[in-house]
Amino acid sequence: MGQKITIEPVTRVEGHGKVTIRLDDAGKVTQSRFHVVEFRGFERFVQGRPYWEAPVLVQRLCGICPVSHHLASAKAMDVIVGAGPGKLTATAEKMRRLMHYGQMFQSHALHFFYLASPDFLLGMDADPAVRNVIGLIALDKELATRAVLMRKFGQEIILATAGKKIHGTGAIPGGINKNLSPEERDRFLKGPDPLTIDRMIEWSQAAIDLFRDYHRKNKDLVDRFAEFPSNHLSLVRKDGALDFYHGCLRAVDADGRKVLDDVDYQDYVKHIGEETRSWSYMKFPYLRALGKEDGWYRVGPLARLNTCDYIPSPLAQKEFETYKAYTDGKPNNMSLHSHWARLIELLHSAEVIKELLLDKDLQGTKLVKKGRRAPEGIGLVEAPRGTLFHHYRVNDDDQITMANLIVSTTNNNEPMNRAVNWVAMNVLSEKPEITEGMLNRVEVAIRAYDPCLSCATHALGRMPLEVALVDAAGRVLQRKVR
Amino acid sequence: MSEIRFTIDGKACLAERGQTIVEAAKANGVYIPVLCNYEALKPVGSCRICTVRVAGRYMASCTQPVTEGMAVENTAPDLEDMRKSLIEMLFVEGNHFCPSCEKSGNCELQALGYRYKMMVPRFPYLWPGRALLAGSPLLMLERNRCVQCLRCVRGITSKAGRKVFAAVERGPHVTIEIDPKLAAKLSEEEARRAMDICPVGAILRKEKGFALPIGQRKFDHTPIGSDIEKGTGR
Ligand code: SF4
Ligand code: FES
Ligand SMILES: [Fe+2]
Repeated sequence: MGQKITIEPVTRVEGHGKVTIRLDDAGKVTQSRFHVVEFRGFERFVQGRPYWEAPVLVQRLCGICPVSHHLASAKAMDVIVGAGPGKLTATAEKMRRLMHYGQMFQSHALHFFYLASPDFLLGMDADPAVRNVIGLIALDKELATRAVLMRKFGQEIILATAGKKIHGTGAIPGGINKNLSPEERDRFLKGPDPLTIDRMIEWSQAAIDLFRDYHRKNKDLVDRFAEFPSNHLSLVRKDGALDFYHGCLRAVDADGRKVLDDVDYQDYVKHIGEETRSWSYMKFPYLRALGKEDGWYRVGPLARLNTCDYIPSPLAQKEFETYKAYTDGKPNNMSLHSHWARLIELLHSAEVIKELLLDKDLQGTKLVKKGRRAPEGIGLVEAPRGTLFHHYRVNDDDQITMANLIVSTTNNNEPMNRAVNWVAMNVLSEKPEITEGMLNRVEVAIRAYDPCLSCATHALGRMPLEVALVDAAGRVLQRKVR
Repeated sequence: MSEIRFTIDGKACLAERGQTIVEAAKANGVYIPVLCNYEALKPVGSCRICTVRVAGRYMASCTQPVTEGMAVENTAPDLEDMRKSLIEMLFVEGNHFCPSCEKSGNCELQALGYRYKMMVPRFPYLWPGRALLAGSPLLMLERNRCVQCLRCVRGITSKAGRKVFAAVERGPHVTIEIDPKLAAKLSEEEARRAMDICPVGAILRKEKGFALPIGQRKFDHTPIGSDIEKGTGR
C-alpha cells in the first residue's frame, strides 16, 4: 500500500503552494510534485481595459513585487505608445530604475532576513515556533533591526518614485509622472542616520559576510543541498553587465555555453515556449532551441549571476569575483547559493541607488515621450525572483485585447520541482519516520527560489502547514498541522 | 442687497436672496455634501446626498432656496447616516475598483466614502455588467463607474449647443450614451471639461491616465468639504 505526503500550503511562499510526495510500501519516494495556483485569471480580466490602466492594475498580482509588474507592464505600454526601449527621457528611465532598484533592495532584504535566514541562523531542524523572524529577533536583535530598516529604506525609495509604498502609479506609458525633488534625494543621501544610502551599502556588505561565514562553517550542506544542473536565463545589458531594468535575453547551459544571446525580447515568443502538463495549472516554459525535455531553465539571482559577465558597481563586482572563483568561473548550480547571489545583488542595488541619487537627471522635468503607435508591446524586467514577461495587444480604441504574462514563479516551475524532488529523494526517502525538520527542508528548497511577502506579513512564517500521509486510496493515515 | 437670516445646526448664517441652502451654507463655511450638483449647472436634485431637514421636512438643499428664519438641520446623526447609506448604495450599484481607477484621489464618490468613513458596505454588491464605450477619439465612457448624476448630460454641449451625452431609459436602468458624431469633434479642452465634470471615473480622457502623481491629486491633502469648512473653498 503506497503513501502520499501532501504539504499545503507551503509556508512563506507566495500564493498557494502544495507539495505532494508519494511513497511506496517500503517508504521509498516514487514521485514528488510541487504545484502553485497561478494568476492566469488576470489575463482575461484585463481584456477590454484601457491600456494605460494596466501598469496600475497588474500590480495586484503580487504582494511582494508589485513594482516589477508595474514596470514590466509600463515597458510594454511604452512600446504601444511608440516610446519603447531607448526612447524614454533620461529622467523617466532613471526614475524607473531608482524605483526598481529600490524594490530589489527591499525585496532581497526581506527575503534573506525574514524568510531565509531563520533556517540558517536558527537551524533547519529548529522548533518551527522559533524558526522565524520572531526567533531571529530573540537571537540577534541588532541584525533583526537592520533587516527592518533596510526594508524601510527600499520602501521609502518606492514611495518617492511611485507615490506609494505598494501599488503606486509612478510609471505611465511613455515615462513617469514625477521626478525626485532635491529634498527627497537629500533624505536618502544624508539621513537621518541610519536611513542613509551609505549605511545601506555597509549593511549589505555585512549581510554578505554573514552568509559567507555560514557557508564556511556549513560547506557541505550549502553546496550539496538541492544541487542540480540546469540552464539559466535572464536579461543582461548589451555589454553583458548585470541589469535588472533592461537588456537582451541571454541563456546559458549548465556548463556555461550560451544557448541564447543578444536576443531582443520583443521576439521572446520565437525563443521561449510554454508547455502545459495535466497535473499543474502552472505552465512550464522552455527554451525552444533545446526543446521541451531539456529546455527548462532557472531564473532569479542564481541565474543572473550565471548569465552576466560582470556587475557594473565596484563593491558588488568584487564580491562577484569571489563568488565566481568558487565555481572556477563556471555556472553555479547550487540552489542555496542563490542566497549568496541574492545578497551580492542586494549590495549592487544599494550601489546603483547611490549612483542614481547623485545623478542630476532625476531632477529633470521632461517626463513623458510618445511616438508612433504600435498594436503590440512586450515588456520585461528582472524581478527580484527572476525574469518577468508582460505581453499585450491593444486595439485602435485603446483597449487591451490580449495579455500574456510569464511570472518568475512560472519560469522557475521546473527548477522548484527539481529542488523538491532532490529533498524527497535525499532526505525523505526510505526513512522510518518523517520529522518536521525533514519536511521543512522541502520548504527550504522552494524558498531558495520563491519568497513571499503576503505569507510573511500575515503569519511571519507560521502559516498553517498541513502534512498528510495518504494511502493509495486517498485515505489519510497520519496528519500533521503546525 | 437684501440679506436673509437663517441657521444651520443652530449657527447663525446670512444668505443672499435666491441662494440655495447649499450655496448659502458654503458662503457661511458650512459644508453640505453634494454629488449631482455642480458649480453653475442648474440643480436637478436627483442624488439626494444633500438632504437636510427643515421643520421636520426633508429637502434637497441643492434646489431649495433659503428663506428668512429657516432653521436647517445638517449634521443630525440620522441625516449623516442616511447620506452614508446613499454613498454605500452608489458603491454597490456600480463596479468601483478604486485601486486601479485613474480618478482615484480626484473622485468625489471616493472622497465622500472617506468623509463618511465607509468601511464595510451594508448592502449586497449588485455587480452590474455594463459595457465600456471606447469608440470616441478622445474619451472613454466607463459606465461601470457611472453614478447617473447627469452632470455630463447637462454640462457638456457642442458649439452649436447640442448635448454630447444623453441619458437613455429611466430609473435604475438609466444609461449614459455619447453622441459619436459630436464626440468625434470635441477639442482637447472640451474633453478635459467632460472628464472634470464627471464626479467619478466614468468619463476618461484617453491616454492621460495616472499622469498626476499621488500627492498632487485633488483630495490627497484636502479631504472633500474641508476647504469649505476652513473658509478656503472656491
Ligand atoms: S458619466 Fe459621470 S457625469 Fe455622466 S452621469 Fe455618469 S457619473 Fe455623472
Ligand atoms: S446634490 Fe442635491 S440632490 Fe444631488
Ligand atoms: Fe511577485
